[in-house]
Amino acid sequence: MAMLETHNLNKHFGGLHVTADVSFTLEAGKIHCLIGPNGAGKSTFFRLLLGEHQPSSGKIMFDGVDITRLKPFQRINQGMSVKFQVPGIFSALSVRQNLEIALQRRLEGAELDAEVERLLDFLQLKDVASQLAGNLSHGLKQWLEIGMAISLKPKLLLLDEPTAGMSPEETHMTGEIVKQLNAEGMTVLAVEHDMAFVRQVAHRVSVLHFGRIFAEGTFAEIVADERVAAIYLGQSHD
Amino acid sequence: MTLSRIFKRLEGPQTMGKGPLFWTAFAVVLAIALAYPLFADGYDVGNNIYFLNWTFMALGLSIIWGYGGSLSFGQTAFFGVAGYSYGILTINFGTAYGLGVVAVLMAIAIAALFAAILGYFLFFGRISGIFLGIVTLSVTLALERFMAQTAGPQWTVGSARLNGFNGMSGMPPLTLPWFGGDIVLYPDIGLYYLVLGLLVIIYLGLRILVNSKFGNVLVAVRENPERAEMLGYDIRKYQLGGFVIGAALAGLSGALYTSWGQYITPSSMGITSAALPIIWVAVGGRSDITATLIGTLIVLSGFQALTIYGSQYALVVMGLLLVCTVLLAPKGLVANAGILLGSLFNRKNGSA
Repeated sequence: MAMLETHNLNKHFGGLHVTADVSFTLEAGKIHCLIGPNGAGKSTFFRLLLGEHQPSSGKIMFDGVDITRLKPFQRINQGMSVKFQVPGIFSALSVRQNLEIALQRRLEGAELDAEVERLLDFLQLKDVASQLAGNLSHGLKQWLEIGMAISLKPKLLLLDEPTAGMSPEETHMTGEIVKQLNAEGMTVLAVEHDMAFVRQVAHRVSVLHFGRIFAEGTFAEIVADERVAAIYLGQSHD
Repeated sequence: MTLSRIFKRLEGPQTMGKGPLFWTAFAVVLAIALAYPLFADGYDVGNNIYFLNWTFMALGLSIIWGYGGSLSFGQTAFFGVAGYSYGILTINFGTAYGLGVVAVLMAIAIAALFAAILGYFLFFGRISGIFLGIVTLSVTLALERFMAQTAGPQWTVGSARLNGFNGMSGMPPLTLPWFGGDIVLYPDIGLYYLVLGLLVIIYLGLRILVNSKFGNVLVAVRENPERAEMLGYDIRKYQLGGFVIGAALAGLSGALYTSWGQYITPSSMGITSAALPIIWVAVGGRSDITATLIGTLIVLSGFQALTIYGSQYALVVMGLLLVCTVLLAPKGLVANAGILLGSLFNRKNGSA
């Protein structure tokens, strides 16, 4: 079953076609990674999914619902959640409060308190729970934001370069977090540069190039594809 | 939600001060405020209500700007709208049979409605940051200009003459209906206790509000609007909600001020008046209602004292005070003092 589908999704800024006829299917229950060289249109595609950009044409279906015209917060309320590339946290508030603000969407009272503790444990943030979120290290900020994103219990978790700026150990740990969330039933779509991370988690990989889906398959298939190697090495293709 | 859970929100991450020590201090200050008229002349007490009248507008700005993150110069506009509304209503309908109280409530409602309409276009039009400041200031100044040109005899609403830049006067003071006959509240001890009572209720009510779910979202929008929206909140509604609550409080100030002085002028919406609340709130500490309240009372009294010696210099000092605050203690002077006190007590407890 498809969790997310785009049909002939186009986005152009003036004459520049950033996303061209992208028809993309994300199967429910999978971890799907979207890779591609800089300027391939990954970020634009991501913003189209979130509703931060409106497509020039095409359709986005999420869990059987047409969300093409929905506003960002309405899409979130349909069961999506997102973690941004630059950690989107509430810097002047405590780590605990950051999680509470996310969790109060669906829980209250003792249930909320218990879930805050569970997430602090899961993300190894227990020791810094009462610190201001803005004072955390970069890696901890990333995990805090993942915590906020999964607080909503989304059907689909969107990750925009979740390991950007992380050490290899932190990257690995993030991969394990993502795999555990997936094991609990969450579908994941990650835009990612880090091939070690992609190898660690991806069930399926799509390569975006010049705004088009250029190749798709398992990690092994993508790595073996010479055309993919060529675009990453900056050679021309036709 | 149970009552006990509501009262628990009197303390929380969005308000400074918690525990027995804070509430003891609160009780002491309140006791002093309650005892003050016993030791002072009724005329002085009546005059000093002036300071309390403004605090509602300042608390409202703290909600809009300090908690919600939207810098608004619109508070004086809502103050003026409510003040003029109170005047027009009471001059036309009087204050008997509880109509005086109805006029105050109507005046606040009109200010809030005006804020809701203006705020709808601002927030649903995604205007934020400096542009919000510019638009709200423009609206305030346009209102001042409009009211200032209503000096002619053709500008009347019923039997109320707007009177242009001369200001509108002659409205009756606040009057409460009572069993033995109406109580007319001239600037004296009775009015002092009424306004003080309102201030205590609203201060405690706002403490609960900012520590509630609504308050959580308000500060979340201030900290990171995109993240707040991506948690599924329609942030425009929260911004508008905060804006209207703040405007209603400014309206309360306007109605109280007009009934207290029986006078309102367009200059109460002028550029100087529009800037002053920003200074009170910033100097005290905009992101905390306690700091805002204390700061506003201190700055207002200081300003009043300076005005006696030379009104123009007083404004220069106010400007200087704002610049110093922004450069040296951006969180606000009272807020910084509070944080210092808090850390001192924590250190004591830690070593004990």
